[in-house]
Amino acid sequence: MHVQTMHIPDGFINGPVSLVAMVIAALGIVICLRGARKQLDERTAPMAGLVAVFIFAMQMLNFPVAAGTSGHLLGGALAAILVGPYAGALAVSVVILVQGLLFADGGLSAIGLNIINMGLVTAVVGWFVFRWTIRAIGVSKPKVFFAAFLAGLIAVPVSSLAFVLEYAIGGTGTIGWPTVMVAMTGVHILIGIGEGLITALTVAAVFLARPDLVYGVRDLLPKQVLVVEPAKGVA
Amino acid sequence: MPSPHTHGHDVGERLLVHRHTAIHRLPAEVKTVAMVSFILIVVFTPPEQFWAFGVYALMLAAVARAALIPAKIILPRMLVEVPFVLFAVLMPFFGTGDTVEVFGITMYTAGLLAAWNILIKGTLGVVASILLAATTPARDLLLGLERLRVPTLLVQIAAFMLRYMHVVTDEMGRMKLARDARGFTATGIRSWPVIAQSAGALFIRSYERGERVHLAMLSRGYTGRLPRLDNAVTLRSDWVKSMMLPAGALIVAVTATVVQP
Repeated sequence: MHVQTMHIPDGFINGPVSLVAMVIAALGIVICLRGARKQLDERTAPMAGLVAVFIFAMQMLNFPVAAGTSGHLLGGALAAILVGPYAGALAVSVVILVQGLLFADGGLSAIGLNIINMGLVTAVVGWFVFRWTIRAIGVSKPKVFFAAFLAGLIAVPVSSLAFVLEYAIGGTGTIGWPTVMVAMTGVHILIGIGEGLITALTVAAVFLARPDLVYGVRDLLPKQVLVVEPAKGVA
Repeated sequence: MPSPHTHGHDVGERLLVHRHTAIHRLPAEVKTVAMVSFILIVVFTPPEQFWAFGVYALMLAAVARAALIPAKIILPRMLVEVPFVLFAVLMPFFGTGDTVEVFGITMYTAGLLAAWNILIKGTLGVVASILLAATTPARDLLLGLERLRVPTLLVQIAAFMLRYMHVVTDEMGRMKLARDARGFTATGIRSWPVIAQSAGALFIRSYERGERVHLAMLSRGYTGRLPRLDNAVTLRSDWVKSMMLPAGALIVAVTATVVQP
């Protein structure tokens, strides 16, 4: 069994809340567009596009757990750590938008809800958890691993809490939101452990090979200065 | 009926069913607005008005028929709903309030209605999304979004994602082939570091590809804007034709809300 990302379908959350979510998601995307443009200027489109493809590909990568079950990454925290919160949230939101519009994954009326939960919330939470942790403990491979693990671990259950909030306000189901919260949080803490491990292993791999490509630590790395010295002993 | 065929379309089309019908020819932005409005109207319809959903289903069936999209293409795609179906199926058994006997099993009325609400609206929504994606090429959908004043930058990012989707997933496939060739089999959590190592390499390669693509674009005169190659005109009659679907649905929904039992 492969545990798939759960995109909310149409009708699960009522109309008014779905509409409000679309407005909030649109605002969030506009903020991310501005932030990403400030960071990447005219490189934004190709760079964020390629990061979106990377996240899309990561979601197809199977991580076997045990006894025939496997899971995959959501990617919000990973994207935020690697390319920054704005470009990261933007990339994951574009993935969800394309999945909803082109592949019929998740309801079209629920696209705002899905973008908030899986794109914006995971990226923002993942980013802040990573930054606070790394600033507190410093930069080295095990520390980057630990901070990235925490980011993935916390981002996923918080994202499920965003879903519970939407369900509590506009859910059409008759199961009470406290029950849904207990079930969702429980399951998502387990999923979060997986997400945290995959995020940490991937970030650590990038950090070892190209630390300058890990946006979350770039400003904390020792400055590398190119010094050109006159050749010695050359006639 | 013409057989499904593809000629010269973009990559990244998983759902497009290439046919030559009036629905396929409608401009993308018109269809997108029509389908999203239709789904929103369905979501707003009170669930106890069962007849209304019958009418909606017939409307979608008429669109599917006009677009020559057979049921065997639509049905398998509806599997994406399954996790929520499970949730819906549980509701009639856990709840409070009035109960009703169905085939000798006691179920809660409110739970049954809520389950019906989720199942029928989710199903109509999936079918509507499938019809949109099956009748509109991916590239046109994005151009349509641009004509709907969705920020150009967002549309460009999505366009890059579609354009490079196969390049990057193929690269991932080659990395898997290389792992397999070295005798690697993913067995459990212990093999995660190996897979994550590939994932890290994939990120670096994707990022560097983004930089190269950007430089290549700069050398061809890119200034932050992509040239618009399409000069398709959207006619008022296209809007009128497309909006017949949500307009019909709106009449049904208003009637269903006004004459509540």
